[in-house]
Amino acid sequence: MFDFTLPSLGADMDEGKLIEWKVKPGDMVRKGQVVAIVDTSKAAVDVEIWQDGVVHELLIEPGERIPVGTVLATLLEPGEGAASKGVRAGAKEARHAAVAGAAVGERRPPSAAAVPAETARLRISPAARKRAEALGVAIVQLTGSGPGGAVTLADVEAAAQAGVRKAVEAAPAVRPEVDKNTEMRRAIAAAMSRSKREIPHYYLYETIPMARAQRWLAQANEGRPITERLLMAVLQLKAVAAALAQYPEMNGFFRDGRFESVQAAHIGVAISLRQGGLIAPALHDVGSKPLDQLMHELADLVKRTRAGSLRSSEMSDPTITVTNLGDQGVEAVMGVIYPPQVALVGFGRIMERPWVEDGTLVALPAVVASLAADHRVSDGHRGALFLAELRERLQRPEEL
Amino acid sequence: MRISYREAMRQALHDALTSDPRVFLMGEDVGRYGGTYAVSKGFYDEFGPERIRDTPLSELGFVGAGIGAALGGMRPIVEVMTVNFSLLALDQIVNSAALLRHMSGGQVSVPLVIRMATGAGRQLAAQHSHSLENWYAHIPGIRVLAPATIADARGMLAPALADPDPVVIFEHAQLYNMEDELPDDSNEEPNEDWRCDIERAAIRRPGSQVSVITYGGSLPKALEAAAELARDGIDVEVVDLRVLRPLDTETIAESVSRTHRALIVDEGWRSGSLAGEVMARIVEHCFYDLDAPPVRVCSEEVPIPYAKHMEEAALPQPAKIVAAVREMLNV
Amino acid sequence: MTEKYPELRANVIAILRGIAPEVEVDELRDDRPLRQQVDLDSMDWLNFLIGISERLKVSIPEADYGRLVTLGNLLDYLRAKLG
Repeated sequence: MFDFTLPSLGADMDEGKLIEWKVKPGDMVRKGQVVAIVDTSKAAVDVEIWQDGVVHELLIEPGERIPVGTVLATLLEPGEGAASKGVRAGAKEARHAAVAGAAVGERRPPSAAAVPAETARLRISPAARKRAEALGVAIVQLTGSGPGGAVTLADVEAAAQAGVRKAVEAAPAVRPEVDKNTEMRRAIAAAMSRSKREIPHYYLYETIPMARAQRWLAQANEGRPITERLLMAVLQLKAVAAALAQYPEMNGFFRDGRFESVQAAHIGVAISLRQGGLIAPALHDVGSKPLDQLMHELADLVKRTRAGSLRSSEMSDPTITVTNLGDQGVEAVMGVIYPPQVALVGFGRIMERPWVEDGTLVALPAVVASLAADHRVSDGHRGALFLAELRERLQRPEEL
Repeated sequence: MRISYREAMRQALHDALTSDPRVFLMGEDVGRYGGTYAVSKGFYDEFGPERIRDTPLSELGFVGAGIGAALGGMRPIVEVMTVNFSLLALDQIVNSAALLRHMSGGQVSVPLVIRMATGAGRQLAAQHSHSLENWYAHIPGIRVLAPATIADARGMLAPALADPDPVVIFEHAQLYNMEDELPDDSNEEPNEDWRCDIERAAIRRPGSQVSVITYGGSLPKALEAAAELARDGIDVEVVDLRVLRPLDTETIAESVSRTHRALIVDEGWRSGSLAGEVMARIVEHCFYDLDAPPVRVCSEEVPIPYAKHMEEAALPQPAKIVAAVREMLNV
Repeated sequence: MTEKYPELRANVIAILRGIAPEVEVDELRDDRPLRQQVDLDSMDWLNFLIGISERLKVSIPEADYGRLVTLGNLLDYLRAKLG
């Protein structure tokens, strides 16, 4: 018998709402199988299980909001008889104790990128919090008038009245979106604040000529139907993965005071959402996959991210983040590392620049690649070598 | 009819002695002297030494005698002069009276009523000023009452005597001189002996912004504070616990769920106080309805001083209650 | 301002809205760079062109991307392709 617990699907997640079970008691499950859909503050996530087994008992009902670490279900090991069922007959009753344990961070799923939940809570009375939820008021925007600046019922009700007036003026149909956005904003705020509080960032830049890569890409795409064409983003991701293989201290997690290196490059691709906000789900094992496959997977990932349908491993696995803000027209990015990762690579816009080559001034396309890295894990010298390696990789696109 | 708390209690005792021959009163100075607080004045002459029994200064002994009499079919009312001296009788009350029904497998019960004065405020110094109601409210097997109004002083004794198990009644010494109208009937159905329930807490003043929950000698202080706050437009509800064991959680929770704020006033010391228990129940039952952390106004954690100004400073006072409410509301 | 090729334009706008549902159709100007008016990253742009090529059965070589700056450019280009 073993427990299936709610994994943390990112540093900014401390609870989730079970939307649906994909399995029922008696079902055989395989490692990696999606067993439940859980709504985080960011998206509805398909949660995978990481052990083969047979579902014994589902302990949480759809609709329940539960903290990370809560036992969602119990399962029998493959081959384990029903004889041991009696031992855990009280599992359902005991789960409140388990929830209590999770709240103080005692129970953590070992497989997920779990980090202690944010403790900096808004000062708001329980009654005000409940009322805010009922009225759809975004509590992070409230100013408290209670003792110690706490947000009170009266504050929530005043905000609700003001909000209602606003909603009447504007389009009332967008109201529900506001909450989801606010939640995501709160989640991003928590993760990024933690990053800036805890991670001593250092930043490096390198201007990388992109003429070869552009030429190679144009040729590669020339003969392809439009549905098979590659984006430069894919080349960049693959080049990052190749460079990471040589500089593993950029790839992994910093947890409990030490760095855990990860062999495969599960690159978190920063994807902005149309309604606002950002998710950086993992493109798995980028280093070992050919460009065509990466392109397909990236297109699928972007589509599913925007549709709000990600898998739990995609949320929890990223070992580094790559963000590309060139499409928005900026030259360079100074990134904030997503904890517990230790590095973020940013690409700006590919633009024609004056360039001196062999004593001659030429115009050629170039991109500024930046590295934000965790100084607890690596030093500027290694970071510089990493960026140099990235530059070299992008000069030999045919090898990617 | 306007009477004092002392008179209300005297009438209740008189009724009990008159209506049931099994009832007798026993305690220090209850007979010839007429009671330390003059509650039983004249009873000795009226009912005689058999039923109004003066005892030696031996709480362990005469409370034990009361238990024996109750086991033997009598309905004794034992007066312990003050809660301070009841510590000498703790073994009888806690180990015997409260437990005999359990220890005998339900074969016997102890229909005993123990009355005792409690509280500070009359410059009697540390050894005569305790508020230890919570010690008794901690014990399963006894019911603990704290009449804080004329009506309760008049009406709680009869149902206490009717209870088959031991009942401890705390009479705050500062209440004896309080006067008020005794309502014609203190219950929904008119009754001649003003019998009231000994189950429920009572809302003494309805309000909407804060529930001030208190009992015994602190009730008049809470009402005074509420009146002062009302002059500034702050609407305070005052809840009188009345029954300290078993606590009426339902009334407390209903009130706090409505007002969303709770202030508990308790003359006991804060640490391990009854106020702490009330607060715990509020958090257990009303957490999601709370708009501010519950607050307590208790006695300062010092031996109650003798000097008047220091004694006043050590106890809950209307001004402290007013200040605490204002702080909760941030006004 | 008269709009070019209303039917073709409607088709293209429909595809655009599939990718960027928040787009305010009435405010789209044919003579300004499309990607300045609508937040389209390279993946969105590719999906937009895939949508057009599938719906209108035209092939759009990557080499032509540079000419497709405004909505007007795109409509002219498609008009010419469709003959």
